[in-house]
Amino acid sequence: MLATLLDVDVLDIARWQFGITTVYHFLFVPLTIGLSVLVAGLQTAWYRTGHERWLRLTKFFGTLFLINFAMGIVTGLVQEFQFGMNWSDYSRFVGDIFGAPLAIEGLLAFFLESTFLGIWIFGWDRLPKRLHLLSIWLVAIGTWLSAYFILAANSWMQNPVGFSYSEELGRAELDDFMAVLTNEVVLVTFPHTIAASMMTGGAFVAGIALWHLMRRPDKDADAFRSALRLGAVTVLVSGVAVIATGDVQGKVMTDVQPMKMAAAEALYETEQPASFSILTIGSLDGSQEIWALKVPKLLSYLATGSVDGEVRGINPLQEEYEQEYGGGSWTPNIPITYWTFRLMMGLGFVAMAVGAWMLWATRRGRAPTSRWLLAAGVLMPLMPLLANSMGWIFTEMGRQPWIVFGLMPTAAGVSPGTTALEVGTTVVGFTLLYGALAVVEVWLLLRTIDGGLPLLAGGDGPDGPDGPDVTDDEKPLSYAY
Amino acid sequence: MELTTVWFVLIAVLWIGYLVLEGFDFGVGMLLPVLGRDEPTRRAMLRTIGPVWDGNEVWLVVAGGATFAAFPEWYATLFSGFYIPLFAILLCLIVRGIGIEYREKRHDAAWLRWCDLGILVGSTGPAVLWGVALTNVVWGVPIDADGEFVGGFWSLLQPHALLGGLVTLGLFLTHGASFLALKTRGDVHHRAHRLVPLFGLPTAVLAVAYLAWLYTHAGTPVSLACSVAAAAALLAGLSADRLGRDGWAFTGTAFAIGLAALALFVTLFPDVMPSTLDPDWSLTTENAASTPYTLQIMTVVAAIFTPVVLAYESWSYWVFRRRISVDDLELVPAE
Repeated sequence: MLATLLDVDVLDIARWQFGITTVYHFLFVPLTIGLSVLVAGLQTAWYRTGHERWLRLTKFFGTLFLINFAMGIVTGLVQEFQFGMNWSDYSRFVGDIFGAPLAIEGLLAFFLESTFLGIWIFGWDRLPKRLHLLSIWLVAIGTWLSAYFILAANSWMQNPVGFSYSEELGRAELDDFMAVLTNEVVLVTFPHTIAASMMTGGAFVAGIALWHLMRRPDKDADAFRSALRLGAVTVLVSGVAVIATGDVQGKVMTDVQPMKMAAAEALYETEQPASFSILTIGSLDGSQEIWALKVPKLLSYLATGSVDGEVRGINPLQEEYEQEYGGGSWTPNIPITYWTFRLMMGLGFVAMAVGAWMLWATRRGRAPTSRWLLAAGVLMPLMPLLANSMGWIFTEMGRQPWIVFGLMPTAAGVSPGTTALEVGTTVVGFTLLYGALAVVEVWLLLRTIDGGLPLLAGGDGPDGPDGPDVTDDEKPLSYAY
Repeated sequence: MELTTVWFVLIAVLWIGYLVLEGFDFGVGMLLPVLGRDEPTRRAMLRTIGPVWDGNEVWLVVAGGATFAAFPEWYATLFSGFYIPLFAILLCLIVRGIGIEYREKRHDAAWLRWCDLGILVGSTGPAVLWGVALTNVVWGVPIDADGEFVGGFWSLLQPHALLGGLVTLGLFLTHGASFLALKTRGDVHHRAHRLVPLFGLPTAVLAVAYLAWLYTHAGTPVSLACSVAAAAALLAGLSADRLGRDGWAFTGTAFAIGLAALALFVTLFPDVMPSTLDPDWSLTTENAASTPYTLQIMTVVAAIFTPVVLAYESWSYWVFRRRISVDDLELVPAE
């Protein structure tokens, strides 16, 4: 009885495990991508101007970058192996196509990132300045390459292209690798993800800089003002890019995964033109509304590019899929898709608003004073971070019940040999460890942020005399590693 | 050469690279409480692997990815079959990585102790478990007609697999000691130097027993030659250590690990996971492989980028070639 009960659950537990480990991993990845570019930019500013302010900012944000990067590395290990562990039938089915971008990602990106990060950390006084600067840029390039290949793999799951089905072996086989690498989904998802990552990095830098600027106005104010403006401008510019790429993405999604678009909007019946609901109060899945805030014709524009375009609804699509794939539900979990889609966009817009507010409050040398701004600034780093999670959850949950859209249902991908006890053990193990690591990481980040800009060895800080606490023996050396 | 053979060879090379490189990382991690009497010594020890350990670990990630791409059946059966040991390895690698990277971010004693414990446990676990796992792969495990592992957890802990775990443990300890002897100066150098035979001699005995057992199980003349060469390399490394030739001692322990791993892969070929239930159910380089088209693409990519990767990774070792001593760290306490 217990066994039957547990057997039923292997799929659910495996899905929870993938969700937990992947969403967790994806908290660190966008920040790594964004921050690597910003740290490289800060170091470039130091290289070109020789201003020590830039060097100290490089080391300060570099340390925070490394704390975050370490988490990305160790949680990434799990990603490489869990397809085989929990999703072995999926791996068998798609390995011919899906494995190649993963392997290439490792060869091209992971070696580059890890090797040159080691060189960057330990090479400060061992390498010529130029070469040392190059190493952090190579790390940044590595993170971008990595994003491209993994998104190409994921995009194939959303929109399988360049393959044929082998009856004999019961698997998908690659016909055209270029088609996989130039899948229209990856071509829009990559810039969208990179722009969102830059926004994440920018919000991180801006939020921390604002906190220092307002709470410790006597300490390194010039440096933190520069950092704040750099971060806020990054948020705004990349925010615009997120919107522009997201707009194209919506149209591609309507084209290749119409059900996902309908689910994003909880649009049950086909509408022409279709309005976009900003908020719905009623049932969670939006099927019955008591009150809704709607923008007429906006969904038509988002989905089709025309204000009068037709957007197909969940019910007709469900019927269509029943004709094509047989009975059963081909509809994703609507409350999740509906609300993650809104939270993703909403958090992004709020982050942009805070960025604009920061720039306004610091215009022409003004010092920010509003307590509300401080509160918003402290929360700001969390906004793109959560928006990333929401976007990721949306795109994965919106594909359900498929693991590979139109080809393989998620239920068919799970490892047939693993037991609920095994999968339960690992999900509990990973969750506990990840929870503990989150506490350690946040604690370490906060301590490092609190420490402020490191002093340079053998000299006073360039931004004027520092407080008495700098004699604290780890301070001048806080860039130990 | 068939492309499937090419990819078998490449995956073997990735594993050999991983075991040789992470072997000394694990060794240093395990020797941390043995040789690291005080904080500066421990810091100097970890500094020897600091710039390179992460790049070394990527060899494993790429081996995993390459297996997925070139032999999906192998990847699927191996990773879902060896579920719990693999889970344990992942936990260890996570804890070790965080320990190494976070250790010097704070300097209070309790924090350092926790990190050191993480590094110790996270290095020892994989040092044993990789030996167990690889031995099981080569020896064969129960695989059914569908290519599914049906053995259960305990079937992975048979005597030959446990011996395999002891051998990798011993080899990595020896290798770690010879690496530290090569990369440090002063007191820690002398003590690491003396540890090499202390771990190396018992390991040599275990390794010879293990490789002989492997030979009687499924050996070929070529695998025997590799095994003999592995044992000879280990003994040559120990002799070089006795003569105070650190570079040669390290070369010896590196070759011992590489050749022992080579013996395993030579024994394995052309299977990738033999079945103990029925030889017809074994996964082979043919029936576990991807299509020729995928293998061709991967071959082109690997042919172009592997030399580049090897070049810059070697260069990073060259950049950090200097021996490290506690005195350097005291002059610049946390450079």
